Amino acid sequence: MDEGLKSELQKAGIFTTTLSDLYNWGRSNSLWPLQFGLACCAIEMIATSMSRYDLARFGAEVFRPSPRQADLMIVSGTVTKKMAPQVVRLYKQMPSPKYVIAMGACAISGGPFKQGYNVLKGIDRFIPVDVHIPGCPPRPEALLHAIMTLQRKITQDTLGYDRRKEEEAELVASLPVPEHGPKDLSPSKHDSIWHAAPSRKVRT
Amino acid sequence: MNSAQATPSSDRAQAGPMFESKTSDQAPSLDGTERMEVSMGPHHPSTHGVFRMDVELEGETVVKLKPVFGYLHRNHEKIAEGTSYLGSMPYTDRLDYFNSMTNNWAYALSVEKLAGIEVPERAEYIRVITAELSRLQNHVCLIGFLVQDMGALGTPLMYAFRERERILDLFESLTGARMMCNYMRFGGCRCDVTPAWLRQAHQVTEAFPRFLDEFEALLSENEVLLSRSQGVGALGQDLAIAAGVTGPMLRATGVNYDLRKADAYGIYNRFNFRVPLGSHGDVFDRYMIRILEMRESIAILRQAIRDIPDGDYVHPKAKLRGFKPPMGEAYGRIEAPKGELGFYLISDGSPKPYRFKVRPPSFINLTILEDMCLGQTVADAVIILGSVDIVLGEVDR
Amino acid sequence: MDTEFINGSFDIQKLAEELEVAVASSVLSIARNQSPSSQHSLVLNPEHAIRAAQWLRDQSPERWDFLSNVTAVDWPAEAVAQRQKEMAKLSQDDAYSSPEGGYLEAVYHLYSITRGLGPLVLRLQTQDRNQQTTLPSLTPVWRSAEFQEREAFDLYGIRFEGHPDLRRIMMWDGFEGHPMRKDYVEPDDYEYEPTPHDEVLKRSQDRMNQGDQPKVTS
Repeated sequence: MDEGLKSELQKAGIFTTTLSDLYNWGRSNSLWPLQFGLACCAIEMIATSMSRYDLARFGAEVFRPSPRQADLMIVSGTVTKKMAPQVVRLYKQMPSPKYVIAMGACAISGGPFKQGYNVLKGIDRFIPVDVHIPGCPPRPEALLHAIMTLQRKITQDTLGYDRRKEEEAELVASLPVPEHGPKDLSPSKHDSIWHAAPSRKVRT
Repeated sequence: MNSAQATPSSDRAQAGPMFESKTSDQAPSLDGTERMEVSMGPHHPSTHGVFRMDVELEGETVVKLKPVFGYLHRNHEKIAEGTSYLGSMPYTDRLDYFNSMTNNWAYALSVEKLAGIEVPERAEYIRVITAELSRLQNHVCLIGFLVQDMGALGTPLMYAFRERERILDLFESLTGARMMCNYMRFGGCRCDVTPAWLRQAHQVTEAFPRFLDEFEALLSENEVLLSRSQGVGALGQDLAIAAGVTGPMLRATGVNYDLRKADAYGIYNRFNFRVPLGSHGDVFDRYMIRILEMRESIAILRQAIRDIPDGDYVHPKAKLRGFKPPMGEAYGRIEAPKGELGFYLISDGSPKPYRFKVRPPSFINLTILEDMCLGQTVADAVIILGSVDIVLGEVDR
Repeated sequence: MDTEFINGSFDIQKLAEELEVAVASSVLSIARNQSPSSQHSLVLNPEHAIRAAQWLRDQSPERWDFLSNVTAVDWPAEAVAQRQKEMAKLSQDDAYSSPEGGYLEAVYHLYSITRGLGPLVLRLQTQDRNQQTTLPSLTPVWRSAEFQEREAFDLYGIRFEGHPDLRRIMMWDGFEGHPMRKDYVEPDDYEYEPTPHDEVLKRSQDRMNQGDQPKVTS
């Protein structure tokens, strides 16, 4: 729609938008995070939701304890191989559309504990991640920036049927939960997610 | 069948629905109820981290409780065997991620014992000031989390985090990082404190008692808190000592053992402070002891900020690069806010430790979790766990 | 707490003699700590360790009632040989009377709350690293050993006899191997992640390799 016409109408008190924009606006401003803190980054996540760096003004105040009611999983902290199957199960139990933020160096790639025998070297070996936040731990402002980046990403979604996205979601849903093998997780990573083309990049 | 032992844990760790129940094969009890096994965790909303308790319930009463660890086992000890002594210092920040200053101090103390390094007086005062500030923010946040478990749904936690942010501002201006300070070095501290920083620390210290009064007015005589915490999770003195419990949990039972007085590491013997003791060892005593310890920490802070001398902040001959302690071993421990934090180091004369062991207070304090929870309701089990004050980074290392 | 004993020291030689009198052939040796910390250890005979522990807790003059720390250490044969060589350089005997081949060791740190003393270090050594890795569990004497001995079993493979519930604690139940041992090979799950740093590294290596600087390859 022509921008000039839009602003003329707005002056007359008529607000025009597309259904897609409205839908995305509603979704991005009421993200419900899953209350999922693993380690030190969880404390910074809690500090972000407290009064100084209020996360509630982004609509993300209600941290849901159950994955069935959440649409954003903030993986904050080191994912160990013992915990990895539970993380993947939680991800699978979240209803679509769902988003994942990998907060902190440990969730991105294992972080300072990369040499550990029990440390999963990045949660994006098993689940697709939308936003990565570097830092150890990242400051609350960094988490707020990540939420804003994610909001921008959500506003670029379309309301209609997107074949590529549906296929991706089906593929991810079909991948099994990793099991605890005798030495390592089996499988140790899902190649299709780990080597995914950067099609989920945010166009900023 | 003893299900906690026979079944692999991976089968039973259903992370989705929090209360996944299976009835066990035990004979039904006298009043006709069956026992129910509940796996609480590793993902549960009590904000204590990834900790799992396999609880067996008869109605609402806990008859068996087995804690399951390892969900945050990050291999500090193995990584430390491949890292230099100073390189392990940032890793100690991440053990008890609430109090990085005290973790750093415990490790620096152990290495100083191992190598016989002396610490100048000003550095000791700086260490005491930062450790007591750390203790303040740890206790206040813990009370916030405990009260949230009791149902206060976050309001006292908000107040607690507001105070914590003030203290983290101090840490940030001193060390550059809010939480992972990496501040202590072998022979002192990384950098000096400025008079402006001391003035701000003084301001924070002076403002704290008023906040504590407000906090206590909300909580200490609150009917809900009193009824939910008095008489819950009582622990006896003999069992506490035998189980290696330390810190506020031990003092809640009445045993007068505070390492700041018993071991008098650093320069704690110069400060005038009292050690609060409880009498019943229940959750209310632990809560009250932490409030009183905060007031004593404020007293120590006042004295330390007033008396800090001029001098070196690190020993002038402290060797940072190429540090090779002599052969031997040392065990150093301090009174961390959660209990006795110890580091056991074996050196073979090389720049990397041969054995690096962390003695975590939260891990040992969990030894008697089952004993404290037996006979209580499952809701109380959550509160008792909250009062033990665990941090999973330390429990699992 | 008896205030006259706060920060007091105790005489380990005297304690060893009294223990030897009370529980015969329980003390194998006293390991002198070479470092300035002077925390010497008693190397105990595993066969009489439980009775020695009970004596230390109940009947010793210091009343060692608080077990602070239980550690396991892996000494492969090369490490033992290296240690003995280093000691010989310092013209001292190897203080640990330990098996010649490799062995595993459990180290206990005891304190006395009532008397304010410590630490007393006890060492129990297995005979080798592969077959005979059994030690008596001191959990019946000091309850705080419960989880720590489980951890020693999980990460090092020391079997503690008499432990009420010996199973893995940190790793998952189906895990094979003992990760903290010196010869543990971890699974190769690292991925090569190209970073901008590779270019910088290559350029700096090329610069170093020019001229008569020593060659750098890694």
